[in-house]
Amino acid sequence: MANHDWLGLKKELPQKRRLLLVGFSFLLPLFLWCAISYIPWLWHPLIHVTDPGSVDYFTEGMNVKVADYDKELAKAKAAGTALPSGYAVNPIYLPPPHKVALAFYTAFKTPPRLPNEPWLHESLGHSIRTIFLGFFFSSLIGVPLGILCGSYRFFAKLQEPFIEFFRYLPAPAFGALCVAILGIDDAPKVAIIFIGTFFQQVLIIGNSVRKVDYALIEAAQTLGAKGWRLVARVTIPASITDIYTDMRILLGWAWTYLIVAEVVGTMSGITFFINQQARYRNFDNVYAAIAMIGIIGLCTDIFLAWLGGILFPWKRKTQRAGKTQPVFPLIKWKILNPTVPAKSGIPLHVV
Amino acid sequence: MSSSELKLPDYREQSPAVAARFQRIRERPVILQIKDLRKSFGTNGSSHVVFDRVSLDIHRREFICAVGPSGCGKSTLARIIAGLDEASGGDILLDGQVVGGPGPDRGMVFQGYTLFPWLSVKRNVMFGLQQQGKDLNSAESEARQWLDMVGLSKFENSYPHELSGGMKQRVAIARALANNPRILIMDEPFAALDAQTRCQMQGYLMQIWKKVDITILFITHDLDEAALLADRILVMGTNPGGIREFIENPVPRPRSSAQLISPEFLALKKRLEEHIHPPVEAEPMEKIPMVKLTDAGDEVE
Repeated sequence: MANHDWLGLKKELPQKRRLLLVGFSFLLPLFLWCAISYIPWLWHPLIHVTDPGSVDYFTEGMNVKVADYDKELAKAKAAGTALPSGYAVNPIYLPPPHKVALAFYTAFKTPPRLPNEPWLHESLGHSIRTIFLGFFFSSLIGVPLGILCGSYRFFAKLQEPFIEFFRYLPAPAFGALCVAILGIDDAPKVAIIFIGTFFQQVLIIGNSVRKVDYALIEAAQTLGAKGWRLVARVTIPASITDIYTDMRILLGWAWTYLIVAEVVGTMSGITFFINQQARYRNFDNVYAAIAMIGIIGLCTDIFLAWLGGILFPWKRKTQRAGKTQPVFPLIKWKILNPTVPAKSGIPLHVV
Repeated sequence: MSSSELKLPDYREQSPAVAARFQRIRERPVILQIKDLRKSFGTNGSSHVVFDRVSLDIHRREFICAVGPSGCGKSTLARIIAGLDEASGGDILLDGQVVGGPGPDRGMVFQGYTLFPWLSVKRNVMFGLQQQGKDLNSAESEARQWLDMVGLSKFENSYPHELSGGMKQRVAIARALANNPRILIMDEPFAALDAQTRCQMQGYLMQIWKKVDITILFITHDLDEAALLADRILVMGTNPGGIREFIENPVPRPRSSAQLISPEFLALKKRLEEHIHPPVEAEPMEKIPMVKLTDAGDEVE
């Protein structure tokens, strides 16, 4: 272990170093952000005026360019009038980390400006509901259809060419159509997420099911399984872990369609909140809301990964030996270490 | 060299006990009958014949090993009997009935284990029983008996990936036998195992075969394995593909690895070698033009 190389080509890193690197992958961008926000000479292109002095167009609290401020300051000095004062700041669209961190709390506490506008938690709830409904309806049809396509060449040839074509049509292009057909409320938004998910879903799940080792099907046949039972008892369980992983990836894609879906018809959900806050120039809230989408998505995925370890105990060891490196080793590591029973001590008899 | 200098008996010579045993086997009913089986690939224009005119009878509780050079179609024969491949001509009769597609009456053990990874060891063995409509409790108790017999009761709740190769193959045998097949077809079942485990597995298989009323067709490329296990050895060849000889194994039972140097065994082995590796004009080995690179002082010649 001690001789492990940090940069060993395709070599597995020790647990400690993996965790350290995962930490750094988040800390490095954060550090960069902190540096730009808190070290004045790094960027800070504006001056926040605290006292306008004798400059007539300065007002207290306004931000001016450093060059303009310096010019006015020099002028005032030369004229011997009252000097303006202020301190260097970043533009308002780049709030420092602590303000954004605070916004995670305050954004929930800030009442909406208009009485009919939703609170942040209501916006988030609305978004999650939209995603869930779109993904649910898509899966309701997409998963069985994908399994059929993967199991039987008949369905694959009947369905997949058209779906392959349709998948290239961008879901947002159907926005106007969805509104015309389904109205301006939530229905068209759900429909866009459905369109964005469904066609990929059928193809990806079909592919996963097709990858099932044919030897397993043959083995089941010699054990007396036939027809539909082969699909139910062999094909589906053999591919269920791959299908599960596919669903996790697809759910991630559904989130990317959310923002598009929410501007269709009347703007709603987290997109509405972000737009509204940007209009009020509460950029700390904007960043917090965007980050919340990421955090919700990531937490869902981590939860699903953990759930997968519980649902599919037979996958634990094979996953660890596999190629995909888990995003969060600590969590994966916890669920991927089953207790392996000791080898049997059966006495050996010669023929 | 030494074996050819040694005076070996004819491989067809049988001791009275062995001859009596074959007599008894011949009196048993025929389980599997193959008539004029033919397998070819490709369309009628340019077809490659794997084997042709394969006919044989296998009697109840007989242990048949099929050997042959690679490409002779011994695995294809096994797969056709199991119903996984289609023959190009001829019939396969099980208990006098023509059989077609795969079914539980012909159990199969594959080289690649093919255990269902999502099922525990016990559930794997129960799979066939449940397909036959047995209820959960009786399937479970039967599965336990079979696992007991292959010595894996302790592992009934383990998953296949937690077992070693030899243990996996024992589960596969238990799974196939639990269905009470008329014949158990084993397609190079121990080829993926290391030499020591293979030896163990041969021992296990012999024990199981002694306890159970099962006819076994065992495909292998290991001549020692065939000579150690089989009652009769089906030797297949290529160009033209088909049966070369169906040899009655003269090595008496019970068998043990001590017999690996008995005269009967060596005679049989020599005959098998002649079939599998026909004598070629031995070319004198050319001396490699090698410059001496070291002088370690430990020259052997």
